[in-house]
Parts: sequence; C-alpha cells; structure tokens
Amino acid sequence: MTWNLKSNQPIYTQLLETIQIRIISGFYPVGGKLPSVRELAAEAAVNPNTMQKALSELERSGLIHSQRTTGRFITEDTVMIRKLREDIAREHIEKFFKSMEQIGFTNEETEELIIAITRREEV
Amino acid sequence: MSCLLECRSITKKFGTFCALSDINFTIERGRIVGLLGPNGSGKSTFIKIANGLLTPTSGEIIINGSSVGTETKKMVSYLPERTYLNNWMKVSEMIAYFSDFYDDFDKNKAYEMLQRLGISPDAKLKTLSKGTKEKVQLILVMSRNADIYLLDEPIGGVDPAARDYILNTIITNYNENSSVIISTHLISDIEQVLDDVIFIKNGHLVLTSSVEDIRMNQEKSIDAYFREVFRC
Repeated sequence: MTWNLKSNQPIYTQLLETIQIRIISGFYPVGGKLPSVRELAAEAAVNPNTMQKALSELERSGLIHSQRTTGRFITEDTVMIRKLREDIAREHIEKFFKSMEQIGFTNEETEELIIAITRREEV
Repeated sequence: MSCLLECRSITKKFGTFCALSDINFTIERGRIVGLLGPNGSGKSTFIKIANGLLTPTSGEIIINGSSVGTETKKMVSYLPERTYLNNWMKVSEMIAYFSDFYDDFDKNKAYEMLQRLGISPDAKLKTLSKGTKEKVQLILVMSRNADIYLLDEPIGGVDPAARDYILNTIITNYNENSSVIISTHLISDIEQVLDDVIFIKNGHLVLTSSVEDIRMNQEKSIDAYFREVFRC
C-alpha cells in the first residue's frame, strides 16, 4: 500500500483514495490517529498543501475528523467505513465488467468464468 | 493569502537581446513554485533580478512590501546555478561563515543535514566531488530561516537518491510563511512537490497555473504538458 502516484491524474484525488484504502483495510485502525500532514507529505513525497487538501476532503466526508490540538483521527463509525468499503468494491467490479465487455464477454459469460476460475483454484 | 513576491512588468535587455519581456506574476506565502522553461528562457535572469544581482531594464520586483535591495536580501536565501564556495575552507568553516553572515542561519539544522547525507564537516571543500559540493551549498541555503528560497537548478548535478533527500528536505522545511521557487527543467522529478508552475519561453511568460489544475484539465503530467507547450 505505497503511494503509487500516477502522473496523469490530480495528485490530491490519488492521495485521498490511498488514505481511504488504508482506512478500510485497517492499516489505519478505526478511531486511530493519523500521522501529521507533514509526515504524510514526506512519506508520499508530495507537497504538504496537496496532502492538506486531500485530508480536508476526507474531513468533509466525515471519514476523519480533527481535534483542535491533538491531530486528526479516523472515524469510529464502523457503518460508514463498511459502506465505503462496499462502494469501492462495487466500483472495482463495475470497472472489471466494463473491461471484460471490451474484450467481448457478456456479463453472464464473465460471471461463469469467475465461478469456474474460483472453483478450480479451491480444488 | 498574502502576497510575498510581486513581479511588476519586469523587462531585462542585454544590449538588443531581450532576456525577459514584461513579466508579471505574484507568489503567495506558503507555496512551492516551479519556474520552468527551456534552456535560455530567462529563468536564471529572473532569479538574479529577484536577488538584486541584476537590475531590470524596467519594472520592479517587490518582496514582502519592499523593492529588491538590502532589506530583501535578508529575506531571500539564494542557491546560485554554480557554487561559490571557497575551496580552501572546510565544510565546518563554511557553516561558521554563513552563520556569521546571516542572522537567520540555523547551525543545528545544517549539521543535521550534513550527517544525513554523510558529509564530514571536517572535509575540505576542494576534496569534495562536484555533486557533494552542490549538496553542501544546498544545505547552507536551506539552513536559513528565510521568507523566500530561490533555488536555481538545485537538483541538476546530484544523484537520484540525493535528489529525493533534497526534495524531502524542501517538503519538511516547508512552512506556511515562506515560499520556495525552484527553477529547473527536470520536471518529472519535482512536479509532485510543486503547488504552482510558471512557464517561461524566450523571456515571455507563457502561463502560471496550479499543478492540480493542469493535471485535472489536461489529464497529463506537468512534464508531458511542458513537452507539448515547448515542442521544438
């Protein structure tokens, strides 16, 4: 879960997504404290203002909140985190179906293939 | 946000050659700005004017409310494109020299950075390689607590690992009251740390924009966009 930044997209949206993934995967635990802007910016090798922008956006969504003097914390609202996790999973799957469509697979065919592959791997 | 540097229709001519032509822009506090342009576009000329090393043919640069002069030199920390260190001095003597010279020089910061980059304070400057000398120079410049850091090609001569360390130094030294202006053509190496970019070409201002706006609107990196704007 490194900060793998693509060069053709805005940086702050990519930072935002990485932090979201770190939260839903538990890398940053529920209710835990986030590193400071400066630490995060240094870690991702990005401009602190850009990191700040990503964090403000996350604050607006309620996923993190800041406490005046002590820093920023991950929400304790596990329902919200679970919902985000599902939203992101759905996005991934939709994207996947779309790229399967491009190589000529209908949704049904893709589903069948998924089942076939997962079953075979379990054996 | 308050304006830290204002460039008011700067024109600089060398004889009949026009190095800068009617350049206008402002830089706010707390920004890291890339001054980008091909070779010979006027980047260093601008930086030298902002430093008071060159006087403009017309126009003026206002830093923190005063026109460039003795007062502004206290606020500006300048990394020139070539080093001016005294070869017969030791690194530690150079640090003492800077610390005598500038009120805002932080010795501890300098020694800490030397240690991180594995440079011995006892080394004589003439025994250091070109790249190492550049690192020492940058350490001296970044150890001041200045309002503006003007860095002319700070990463050109150093290896990629040291480049990362230098960028890291710039990010971690960053504070919301000072701004950093970096002139370079090594765009892909530095674009992640920039807030804004200024493109200049043949002495003309081509554009000023925030990095995120370019990435968002053009859907490409600053490096790719630069190649498009300055295609030869």
